[in-house]
Amino acid sequence: MAKVPIQFVLNGDEKAEFVESGSTLLKVLREKLGDTSPKGGCQQGTCGTCSVLVDGELRLSCLTLAETCEGAEITTTSGLAEGGVLHPLQRAFQEGFAIQCGFCTPGMIMAAKALLDRVPNPTREEVVDAISGNICRCTGYEPIIRAILSAARSNSHHAA
Amino acid sequence: MPLGLKTFASVNDAGAALKAGGARYIGGGTLVVRAANEGDVSLSTFVRSTDPALSAISVEGDRATIGASVTMAAIARHPALASISAAARAVGGPAIRNMATVGGNLFAPAPYGDFAVALLALDAEVLEGDQATPIEAFIKGRDADAGRIVGAVRFDVPEPKKFRFAKVARVKPKGVSVLSIAAMFDEAADGSIRDARIALGCMADRPIRALAAEKALIGRTRTADGIAPALAAATQGTAPITDAIASAWYRAEVLPVHLGRLLLS
Repeated sequence: MAKVPIQFVLNGDEKAEFVESGSTLLKVLREKLGDTSPKGGCQQGTCGTCSVLVDGELRLSCLTLAETCEGAEITTTSGLAEGGVLHPLQRAFQEGFAIQCGFCTPGMIMAAKALLDRVPNPTREEVVDAISGNICRCTGYEPIIRAILSAARSNSHHAA
Repeated sequence: MPLGLKTFASVNDAGAALKAGGARYIGGGTLVVRAANEGDVSLSTFVRSTDPALSAISVEGDRATIGASVTMAAIARHPALASISAAARAVGGPAIRNMATVGGNLFAPAPYGDFAVALLALDAEVLEGDQATPIEAFIKGRDADAGRIVGAVRFDVPEPKKFRFAKVARVKPKGVSVLSIAAMFDEAADGSIRDARIALGCMADRPIRALAAEKALIGRTRTADGIAPALAAATQGTAPITDAIASAWYRAEVLPVHLGRLLLS
């Protein structure tokens, strides 16, 4: 299949690439653009570790065709830190032992970011719902839930 | 086999492209890209249409028309569709709901397709161009005519007290369905049921109606005794699926329990 041109903004940087038509966004991010923060887990839309934001909306990059993201703004976990300083969610995950093997972490953080961007002070139930499409086989979820709530609190203190 | 995506502004042009071998229409990608990822070699070309009408929700009075590309998330947050939002929220997790479309849900094989179960209970019409097909007939014949593209679904938005939906899953808040049930009923002033329409998910390879249970509810009231004949008839005509979530036997055993809870809620 012929290669097709595609342009989008990845973590604030404009990107232009030729990709194989029908490629998933996950494949283009990892193999073309070298952003390996979204992981390829189940490739079925079940595990959530490939989660990214497309125009601020949580999407599964393993089921999204790259060509459908033409002109979009894509945010991945590798774009969250600013000037070497971790994003509050990343810091909260690190400090709260919400990471064990780490494979689910990029997806968890993007799912959490999608929530906090929309609901800055979520309830525990809202957090549980927000990460319900992300599977973690290490932590038992509780440290992750606590980390997201903690990041939300630190955000609101920061805003105040 | 290398894959490719063909994008068309018009639905008709996309329909024409679908007639080629190996072409499959892509909505949100949650079924079709998944199939490609799993190595479905019958699939070589994704076809889509960017016609904005496919992404429109219109509610005039009680009548809702929802474009086939409208996502579950868009339905769940639409204020005029609050009475059916539970069915849209039952689909997947947040990322899947941002992607999965109404049109795709009509084709989702069990154990998926929870929203189509709600549409079946609502007696929706499936619109393909100028043609409107009752959803029951559409779902029965959905495997035929690969060149057709669903444009929208149309239905009367139910009053909250007349519509019930439940998805039974082992994992909360998001899990694959053991089964799903949608029920519409119309009650007289004395509480007796004048009309009922019950749709089931996972009780066949696609959403089906519980015709015997519907019939057994007519003239009865929503009490434990009143619904007992309907519960006894609930599994008539069903052929539940067996998968990693539950066996056919289990699904048949628990259907009356969950239908009873739903009707009495």
